[in-house]
Amino acid sequence: MKAFLKKLLKNKSAVTGFSIILLNVFLAIFAPLVATCQFDEMDFMYVMAKPGEGGHIFGTDDYGRDIFSRLVYGARVSLMVGIISVGIGAFIGTILGIIAGYYEGFIGALIMRFNDALLSFPYVLLAIAMMAVLGPGIFNAMIAIGIVMVPSFARVIRSAVLNVKEETFITAAKVLGASDFRIIFSHILPNIFPSLIIYSSLNFSGAVISEATLSFLGLGIQPPTPSWGSMLSEAKDFLQVAPHMAIFPGLAILVTCIGFNLLGDGLRDILDPRLRK
Amino acid sequence: MRKYLIKRSLQVIPTLFFVLFITFMLMKLIPGDPAMVILGPEARAEDVQRFRQQLGLDKPVVVQFFIYLKRVLTGDFGKSLIYKQDVLSLIMERFPTTLTLSTLALFIATVIGIPTGIISAIKHNSFWDLLITILALIGISIPIFWFGMVLIIVFALWLGWLPSVGLGSLENGIWDVIKHLILPSLALGILSMGTITRFTRSSMLEVLRQDYIRTAYAKGLRKRLIIYRHALKNALVPIVTVIGLQLGNLLAGAVLTETVFALPGLGKLMVDAIMRRDFMLVQGEVLFVAIVYIFVNLVVDILYAVINPKIRLSYERG
Repeated sequence: MKAFLKKLLKNKSAVTGFSIILLNVFLAIFAPLVATCQFDEMDFMYVMAKPGEGGHIFGTDDYGRDIFSRLVYGARVSLMVGIISVGIGAFIGTILGIIAGYYEGFIGALIMRFNDALLSFPYVLLAIAMMAVLGPGIFNAMIAIGIVMVPSFARVIRSAVLNVKEETFITAAKVLGASDFRIIFSHILPNIFPSLIIYSSLNFSGAVISEATLSFLGLGIQPPTPSWGSMLSEAKDFLQVAPHMAIFPGLAILVTCIGFNLLGDGLRDILDPRLRK
Repeated sequence: MRKYLIKRSLQVIPTLFFVLFITFMLMKLIPGDPAMVILGPEARAEDVQRFRQQLGLDKPVVVQFFIYLKRVLTGDFGKSLIYKQDVLSLIMERFPTTLTLSTLALFIATVIGIPTGIISAIKHNSFWDLLITILALIGISIPIFWFGMVLIIVFALWLGWLPSVGLGSLENGIWDVIKHLILPSLALGILSMGTITRFTRSSMLEVLRQDYIRTAYAKGLRKRLIIYRHALKNALVPIVTVIGLQLGNLLAGAVLTETVFALPGLGKLMVDAIMRRDFMLVQGEVLFVAIVYIFVNLVVDILYAVINPKIRLSYERG
């Protein structure tokens, strides 16, 4: 653990990414303290105010709501959707990947065929279609994003399991009479953990963008709860008169995703340089 | 090669079967009675019942699936309730716009992505490498719909160089259409551009570390010759796959780009269908894009085998 932290601190990419994410987490947790207004508080004197006007550092939206405060509260939604949907994708994907990789045979082939079929749908399209059917809302958004992540997790975990399975310590465990359950939990899972961590961190940015996409299309987070995607959706009708309404939420998504991608790249370099490609 | 072609083509069948199963199950996710939800709250009970019978919704799920399978295989994707038109014909009307947009986006992404990736690899650890790496990182992290908005603000609203919405008209000349497609293609292509740049860079770096490149340098060959004839030729093989696979993502990304730029393509059709809860149209479009995606993947895999002797040989040896 100490050696890992030492390597992590030496990796510029990981440190930058981690700092950005830490800032996001801080904003999300302490949103009521950091925000200058309530996210739904309207300032009728300053509707669509430019950045800096009336004490609103990022300006206000078409209802006179403070954009900075809405961004800070929006960080909560993005992080929550990111964590839960990646969690769903990683959890189900790991189970399927382990079954397909460890047992192979008919069940493994069936899982992978189904997996390939799910991968035949472009990621965003499947999430949009699921939301169209399930109906809008944060809970459904997390489920839809999580489920569309399952096949890629399953594929990565399966190949990691196939590699670990060939190691001599697994053969030794089998010879000693260890049960499949014990082999999977005590020997395989700890060894595929780095792959799981790397892939999860790389998927966070995808989850954040997917949430923003769904909310932008009116399928994700519903008003008045602020989400970066829904803020962009509202902004698209005022690009001419209030471009700042679009600039800041987009920058928030961009910076957050850069953070997650940098951390993912850094972790990959530290934990598994072979995956660099 | 023929063995590979046959085997790879046959693999499409089970994938297609599962894809059909997933799109079928999509409709099963609709909370409540799908017939009532599809027809809306104003539908009469008799009409709902008749609709249920027409779609076979009163039969067991397995039977329903085979009815759906039969319908789709005969080209019947159902009827759109808002357009009162055959879903497949609606899709075919809009597909050319989306395909043009996606192809143009892929072209821009490739034309910019490959050279920047090469420069980044050749000038490894330099200022240019850092700059290109940062730009590529931004490319893969940026939400395309937001990038589209930024392009509209800068190039259409501030500078007034390019139009912000619509498709233009061929009657006003080809330039009118191209002018309307530049911003959406750029917005749509940014993600693929970032991916292609990063992939080209890492692929080139790997090839440049190979022994045969060192040998070429030792022989005294010119750097230009080594890079273009020996390194790039080998580095490009895996890049072709990545480029091909981008097309499917671009087709999906078009949903957002077409919304921002108000283009009359599949994406716009999809969003309208979702907003007005036209589930048959949503299902048909998802299935159509997935089928296109599967066949693009098949073509990419075959092309990969054509240009990569290793794959060909492994199959020829059986």
